[in-house]
Amino acid sequence: MPIRCEIVSQDRSVYSGNADMVLLPGTEGEMGILPNHAPLLTTLQFGVIEVRYQGREEYFTVAGGIAEVQPDIVTVLADAAENVEEIDISRAEAARKSAEELLAKGPPADTDAYLKIEAALRKSNLRLDAVKRFRRVTTKHGRISEETK
Amino acid sequence: MSSAREMRLRIRSVKNISQVTRALEAVSASKVRKSMAAVSATRAYATKAWQVLTHISQQPGRSNLHPLLTRRLHVERTLVVAVSGDRGLAGAYNTNVIRYTAQKFNNYATPVRYIAVGRKGRDMLIRRRKEVIAEFSNLPAAPSFADVSAIGRMAVDEFLKGAVDEVYLVYTDFITMARQETVVKKLLPLEMDSGAERVETYEQKHLAAAYIYEPAEAEILDEIIPRFTALQVYQAILESLASEHAARMVAMRNATDNAISLVASLQLDYNKARQQAITNDLLDIAGGAEALTRALAQNYRIGGENG
Repeated sequence: MPIRCEIVSQDRSVYSGNADMVLLPGTEGEMGILPNHAPLLTTLQFGVIEVRYQGREEYFTVAGGIAEVQPDIVTVLADAAENVEEIDISRAEAARKSAEELLAKGPPADTDAYLKIEAALRKSNLRLDAVKRFRRVTTKHGRISEETK
Repeated sequence: MSSAREMRLRIRSVKNISQVTRALEAVSASKVRKSMAAVSATRAYATKAWQVLTHISQQPGRSNLHPLLTRRLHVERTLVVAVSGDRGLAGAYNTNVIRYTAQKFNNYATPVRYIAVGRKGRDMLIRRRKEVIAEFSNLPAAPSFADVSAIGRMAVDEFLKGAVDEVYLVYTDFITMARQETVVKKLLPLEMDSGAERVETYEQKHLAAAYIYEPAEAEILDEIIPRFTALQVYQAILESLASEHAARMVAMRNATDNAISLVASLQLDYNKARQQAITNDLLDIAGGAEALTRALAQNYRIGGENG
């Protein structure tokens, strides 16, 4: 029996479907959730969620948040989440570049501002890494289904 | 009756007004679409968040779980977050929020303090000599969670400090384009009843089993409960924004319709006046001609007698 998996970010629903196993980047470490898991509440760190179902995998970047596990459902409340296939590489590159430039100018006096830049940098790094590691090969005409890691 | 010139001016100015209101209506119509999209986009998250909160609240020993979930024995001070708009010309939208707030909290059992979101609401509260401890106005047209999370954080801080023992949220629920309803919602301490109907079916399937918390329980609750509170405020603001635009749209449409019927009746009066004037002129001419012929005839007769 599969377990349901729902991933929502603050502005939309990112994924909703069945899974045989869900891998979550918990703050205390990676965890794999199988159907009939005991109820669990955990915070998430920056990382990648992997959803396995019938021999196929889907990958999602997540920039922190919370996951709630019930025996038949995993709910991820992400601060920001994206399907790896949907990440806009050029935007992520641009974000990384501008964040790096801001940091290179020397740390801003304001701690809040510093944290903001740092978070932006971490987020774009996470996206770019995830694309490199998990995205299926794409051609101009669309996606080739084999995975290349 | 005013002169024809005055009436022409009046008609022209009413026509101009109707053009302006029509433009405002169109602007609001596009804004209401956008803000409705924003509301439904965050609804997924908010619903899930409620479900998780419901589960937390059903945990054994709920009252001691987290200070924000704990009901205080003696409620001595109350905080009300009133969400209104920054701008007028939205029919009764802003007035309704404040009137409803006054109705609920004017003769309240405890002293009430206010946080005003939106300039119009702030002005009205201050005019009514309410204690406004903070105001948040000039929100962006499409606020992000980060833009408004400060409001929720402030409410949480006041509550945790013990400055207030209850926090209510007054906002306008967007039901349809033509119908918006002002509602009051208890924000703190968090109560699950208000969201109960949304998660009822879900609850029955998942009877409260104690959670495994990772990291520690206190840490995780500290993280998520204030955030969920802020999220509720965010949702309320998005709903209110959609309502404000809808209210403005309807008000402007009514204004346009009224202007058009006013122009029609003014035009009718003007035409009547114009026709009257023509008739009068014709009568004058006819009368003049008549007099002239009569005078000529008399002259001729006199001349005839002389000649």
